Amino acid sequence: MAEVYLNSKYVGTVDNPIEFVQKIREERRRGAVSNNLNVYYNEKADEVQLECSKGRTRRPLIVVKDGAPLLTEKHIKQLEKNEISWLDLVNQGVIEYLDAAEEENMLVAFFENELTPEHTHLEIASLVMLGYCTSLVPYGNFNQSTRLNAGSKNQKQALGLYASNFPVRMDMDVNLLHYSQKPVVNTIMHDISDYDKHPAGQNMIVAIMSYKGYNMEDAIILNKGSIDRGLGRSTYFRPAIAEELRYAGGLIDQICIPDKDVKGYKTEKDYRFLEDDGIIYPEAKVKEGDVVIGKTSPPRFLSSMEEYSLASSTRRESSVNLKHGEEGVVDFVLLTENEEGNKLIQVRIRDERVPEIGDKFTSRHGQKGIVGLIVPQSDMPFTASGIVPDLIFSPHGIPSRMTISHLIEMLAGKVGALAGRYINGTTFDAEPEERLRKELLSLGFRESGVETMYNGQTGEQYQAVIFIGNMYYLKLKHMVANKIHSRARGPIQLLTRQPTEGRAKEGGLRLGEMEKDTFVAHGASMLLKERFDSDKTIVPVCESCGIIAIKDNYKNKSYCPVCGENVEISEIEISYAFKLMLDEFKSLGVYPKLQLESKY
Amino acid sequence: MADTISEYESKLPLHIIKEVRDNAPKGLSDAKLRKVMETIYEEYKGARVHPGEAVGLIAAESIGEPGTQMTLNTFHFAGVAEMNVTLGLPRIIEILDGRKDLENPMMEIYLKKPYATGKKIEELRHLALQIKETRLKDISTELTINIADLTIELKLNKEKMREIDVTNSKVIDAISKQLKGYTIRDNKDSLTLKSRSKEDTFNEAYKAKEKVKDVTIKGIKGIRQVLPVKRDEEFVIITSGSNLADVLQLEEVDAYRTTTNNIFEIEQVLGIEAARQTIVNEITKVIEDQGLNVDVRHIMLVADTMCVSGTVKGITRYGVVSEKSSVLARASFETPIKHIINAALVGEVDNLDSVVENVMVNQPVPIGTGLPSLAVKAPQKSKEK
Repeated sequence: MAEVYLNSKYVGTVDNPIEFVQKIREERRRGAVSNNLNVYYNEKADEVQLECSKGRTRRPLIVVKDGAPLLTEKHIKQLEKNEISWLDLVNQGVIEYLDAAEEENMLVAFFENELTPEHTHLEIASLVMLGYCTSLVPYGNFNQSTRLNAGSKNQKQALGLYASNFPVRMDMDVNLLHYSQKPVVNTIMHDISDYDKHPAGQNMIVAIMSYKGYNMEDAIILNKGSIDRGLGRSTYFRPAIAEELRYAGGLIDQICIPDKDVKGYKTEKDYRFLEDDGIIYPEAKVKEGDVVIGKTSPPRFLSSMEEYSLASSTRRESSVNLKHGEEGVVDFVLLTENEEGNKLIQVRIRDERVPEIGDKFTSRHGQKGIVGLIVPQSDMPFTASGIVPDLIFSPHGIPSRMTISHLIEMLAGKVGALAGRYINGTTFDAEPEERLRKELLSLGFRESGVETMYNGQTGEQYQAVIFIGNMYYLKLKHMVANKIHSRARGPIQLLTRQPTEGRAKEGGLRLGEMEKDTFVAHGASMLLKERFDSDKTIVPVCESCGIIAIKDNYKNKSYCPVCGENVEISEIEISYAFKLMLDEFKSLGVYPKLQLESKY
Repeated sequence: MADTISEYESKLPLHIIKEVRDNAPKGLSDAKLRKVMETIYEEYKGARVHPGEAVGLIAAESIGEPGTQMTLNTFHFAGVAEMNVTLGLPRIIEILDGRKDLENPMMEIYLKKPYATGKKIEELRHLALQIKETRLKDISTELTINIADLTIELKLNKEKMREIDVTNSKVIDAISKQLKGYTIRDNKDSLTLKSRSKEDTFNEAYKAKEKVKDVTIKGIKGIRQVLPVKRDEEFVIITSGSNLADVLQLEEVDAYRTTTNNIFEIEQVLGIEAARQTIVNEITKVIEDQGLNVDVRHIMLVADTMCVSGTVKGITRYGVVSEKSSVLARASFETPIKHIINAALVGEVDNLDSVVENVMVNQPVPIGTGLPSLAVKAPQKSKEK
């Protein structure tokens, strides 16, 4: 007697669990029971688990009966002729979806020739062991698994045609690659997933060589000519959003060009792009500080003083403007209403991104790199037939990482480009390298893929032959334009008077604890002091009680809050953070007394 | 010649003097020797640390930086059967924290000449057995309390006893020595313990039973494992568990070379200087084991700071850090509020003599270029101005 559970809830018992489970499976294959149902008999616990809840991971397998797969040549022919579809096979019970639990009861063969009468299922293809992104790596079976992981991770960050209705979408922080292409070397997953409808990269001519050391440590070199022709060009979309919020007391935000007497009014120049409705017009070229949506808000606190002053001037300026370092062109303006019925304005700003030094590119084999130099086409090396690479990749990236697939893709890409066909590079099921080499030879090239090349600047022939080919490169979303940051002077925090933190706030770059140690270790005491005086202040100190005194600049008088005016008060230079700490000591009930001494 | 050299005895370290004495050619003239000594002295002066060099910080960085590359593996079987050795970062932390209970205390017992050769394997085996601690529970198969007459009965494993060469009478001796107030009856294959006190309860009997288990029958307390190893031409006994004081009592042991990795035991038995050297040795061992390279002088400085007070102090808020004179420096390490309040209670004064305090108030740190100051005081400005 075994207990039966449906979606982990007890429903009853059965006398013969094995027969019961068998019956359910047969009915499911027949189509009498939904194929969403999975059943698992746990022999140890003697219980039957029926599952039809959502969120289970399931995978398809070919059903095997008496050591022979149910999928026959007939099915395959019908599939080829498009007479039946995948769903028909599932409905016929030829293919079955199993969840993790039911799989425990089954014996799955990897290949058809390994089938024995004990086997219940057969794998559809070796490729199913890989995930979606990993299956997109061509010749993946030539790689170390870590590289395959890195390769699939990189692909997720690639820029491409993310949605074909992008002109009418209001996406946050998205990129769009111009002229995205379908890869010459593809896998079956590219066909399955309609990759040509949303490609995310470009086929580039890649040479594996060094170029003046500008591709050391994974850097890559790009051809300026290729960039000018549109290689790696993308657009970055960023929205500006404003909402007319309602406040207590019937007050409301107003989207308009702010009046000059509004509190916090910027300058007339900052509002110059706004139309009468307070919103910017499309195709306006905006730079940092420019107002995109003009807005005023009611005053935060109604103090008694302000109530008597001019009523209109109490409104606050709260426009949306471009932050530090941002620029672009207004692309699209949307006026709508949000869930609460407030007026909502969204403005999409577009910014064209031409590849520059520091932008990140990668092949599909975890060989990511950063642009180290952009070389004019005239200075790029060229082959005997006049081919100039789009990208130069460093040979040092290969030995330690052992990404053989990277090399094979270059070879395959070369063959594909020359022969004018797509090459199937599906992992475990690719066009063999041998055949590609032979074809390359018949196309009039050296079988190994190497070519004699010439120095673009001097015209001299290089002593070494250079491996050059065609491969699919991806531009990744990490671009310098989004990350570059520097500061000399800038905003400080209110509490500590130290510089703000982070790029968005135009913050300082911290000289941290360990960096401090290097100064101390060098004995560069004065330099250290200078580095740390971002928050230095001059503080008057009462010499008799040692507490921080008060300096009245109006009366030009200093006095001590404890001892009064008739005491010696000296001014000292300390960091504001220390003054703050002394204040905290006082709040603890500890009396921090400063004893001053002449420094000299 | 000897005179010329001894002139420098107050100027140069002893081992340099000794090196010169050993290596100077016999016929060396006095003038030439003086020249040699003078050159050595100049070299020595040049090699000294400059005033204001941030020695401590450089030592800290020099140990800390390779420390980041060390493996975080707590346990590593160093190829020795059944013996665990703490290696890498955990061991360094253990040493620097000055912990008293080590994760894996170990000893290296060197033997005197006739025993060290290992020619008489039987003798070595005998010695090893003498060192390894055997407790009562190791040689008994069953320990029960007879509830009716409140006696403890224990069955002996005769085979084991023969193996380690113990007789019933020896066991009885050991028990009566370490567990007072019980009469023991010998039943050949078992022993019966009965309390002599009249107010014996079950609870008492139970406690006694637990105590009896841990009675040391043979060997030295604390030595859990013994392993004779051949090192070069002699046999060394490596143990897991440590008890330096008792091991040094043994006649066969070479007390000059026998060591333990427990710094506190060394301190108690051999004194603070030996403890300091052990700290240096142990840290060096770990660092070299990881294939890293740190100058000994950095480690020596750390060992010195741990030992200056006369006892071994760890680099923790209870140890070395608590010795710092500056309140602000202590507060900046750990538990700041505690330090500030305690300082306020006794009215401590911080003279801002060290690095951290001056970084806090943004003044030049008294190191390197921040160290020199004017020797002559400028005349004080008159108070009216």
